[in-house]
Amino acid sequence: MFSQFLQLFLAGVAQGCVYALVALGFVLIYKATETVNFAQGDLMMLGAFFGLTASAILGWPYWAAILFAIVVMAVVGMLIERIVIRPVLGYPTFTVVMITIGVGYILRGVVTMVPGWGTETYSLKTPFGDAVLRFGGAVLAMEQLATIALTAALCLVLYLFFRFAKLGVAMQATSQNQLAAYYMGIPVQRVNMLIWGLAAAVAAFGGILLAPVAFVHSNMGFIGLKAFPAAVVGGFGSVPGAVVGGLIIGVVEALAGFYLPEGFKDIAAYVVVLVVLLFMPSGIFGETARKKV
Amino acid sequence: MTIPILQLANVESNYGPVQALRGVSLSVAEGQIVTVLGANGAGKTTTLKTISGIIAPLKGQVKFRGADIQGHSPDTIVRAGIVHVPEGREVFPLLSVEDNLRMGAFIRRDADGVAKDLEAVFGYFPILRERAKQEAGQLSGGQQQMLAIARALLARPALILMDEPSLGLSPKLTKEIFDIVVRINRERGVTILLVEQNAHMALKIADFGYVLEVGRIVMEDTGAKLAEKDDIKEFYLGMKAAGTRGARRWKKKKLWR
Repeated sequence: MFSQFLQLFLAGVAQGCVYALVALGFVLIYKATETVNFAQGDLMMLGAFFGLTASAILGWPYWAAILFAIVVMAVVGMLIERIVIRPVLGYPTFTVVMITIGVGYILRGVVTMVPGWGTETYSLKTPFGDAVLRFGGAVLAMEQLATIALTAALCLVLYLFFRFAKLGVAMQATSQNQLAAYYMGIPVQRVNMLIWGLAAAVAAFGGILLAPVAFVHSNMGFIGLKAFPAAVVGGFGSVPGAVVGGLIIGVVEALAGFYLPEGFKDIAAYVVVLVVLLFMPSGIFGETARKKV
Repeated sequence: MTIPILQLANVESNYGPVQALRGVSLSVAEGQIVTVLGANGAGKTTTLKTISGIIAPLKGQVKFRGADIQGHSPDTIVRAGIVHVPEGREVFPLLSVEDNLRMGAFIRRDADGVAKDLEAVFGYFPILRERAKQEAGQLSGGQQQMLAIARALLARPALILMDEPSLGLSPKLTKEIFDIVVRINRERGVTILLVEQNAHMALKIADFGYVLEVGRIVMEDTGAKLAEKDDIKEFYLGMKAAGTRGARRWKKKKLWR
């Protein structure tokens, strides 16, 4: 009984990690530019494809494939900011949102056009394979444990970066008060471009973690529809909130899928959003306006 | 007068859709405190924003140490040595006081120099050392103003543009801040261009002053002489000349244009 719960819980956490990483991308971009990037899920998808290309087609080792996907996607993210987002800055938010939706569609389309990419479905081989860890009566997949450990490591790196690195603090500063950032000589536009790069890189990491579990295909970006509620639950605009929100949605979904009748799994995420927002309208870690004049 | 560190020549700028500056020319001598007085909407803030690169001028020149800087990006101008302390402090509310100060030094690569300047700044504003770990948004208005000035100093500027440092502060705090502004000017040799509505305080510490009205400079003189002029006394220092009626005051004011 307990071992079964533990197994489900772990699977939920592992899935939640992927939601968390995509949600993190939403939050980073939202905080920096106050726009929601609806292409976030598709960036994750593209990242998974690059990882796959390096690993399955070029035959690179797993770690090299991760690094490759992250670097390529960071560049893709920066290019998107520079080419399509920056020229429309200052226009209504709606314009920017539509553009990100368009970017998502284009990415999905492009992937299916590349021969040998979108036409087939692949799964990514990891060094963890089908190994399992027996703990009590539970059978825990190494792959899931690795997903959790890697996500935790990434979160730690991001935390240290935002807390101590000059560029990380500058990113926070820019998102808190853009005008003041200009006054301090922070190159705000370049910082925003780097944030897009960072968000895309984090999404790519999520895509690679998801790849062994789900298959890599051009529509896997729809996971963004689950990550979005995760960001909302955490309190849109809070980085730790995105991670916690992702984990909550992942776990609730896994448990609902097993203990509740069929069909509940797919709506679980949105039920969680409704319940959380009912009691905490600005999300769990939501920041109320605290700027004092 | 020594060679000016900053020179504006016939600068015209828009503030949004409104033309706020209609040909402003002024110069600031190195090492001095220069003040720009003016009513609300006269274009004081727009003048400072044009110098710091937030607004690109439509016409005219801004020269810093003889080189044109008009229309340059804000970060190039900060690197050149001009820092703007904006109206309303504009601190980073969720960053600690210490991180706010670190952001002031964003453009600098010399960690040792920054550490030294941090100590110097804590010397001017001991309260900031006490509050170093606190979020800047939790500071009082006066402390936030101190933080904004301290943050600007960390860029090690040659020229500080200061916009209404007395805004919303008690007279006592205002005096404290002005005293420190003078000390910064004397001890660190930082030139200061000060925009103020509190003309009384500003003229007391200024070496030279300009009066800005509806986008034009209408008067300029040394601080002491400006403080003696009848118009200034009446409109900015609030000393009413006996027997002058409202309508006549308005007429007199009009003559400046």
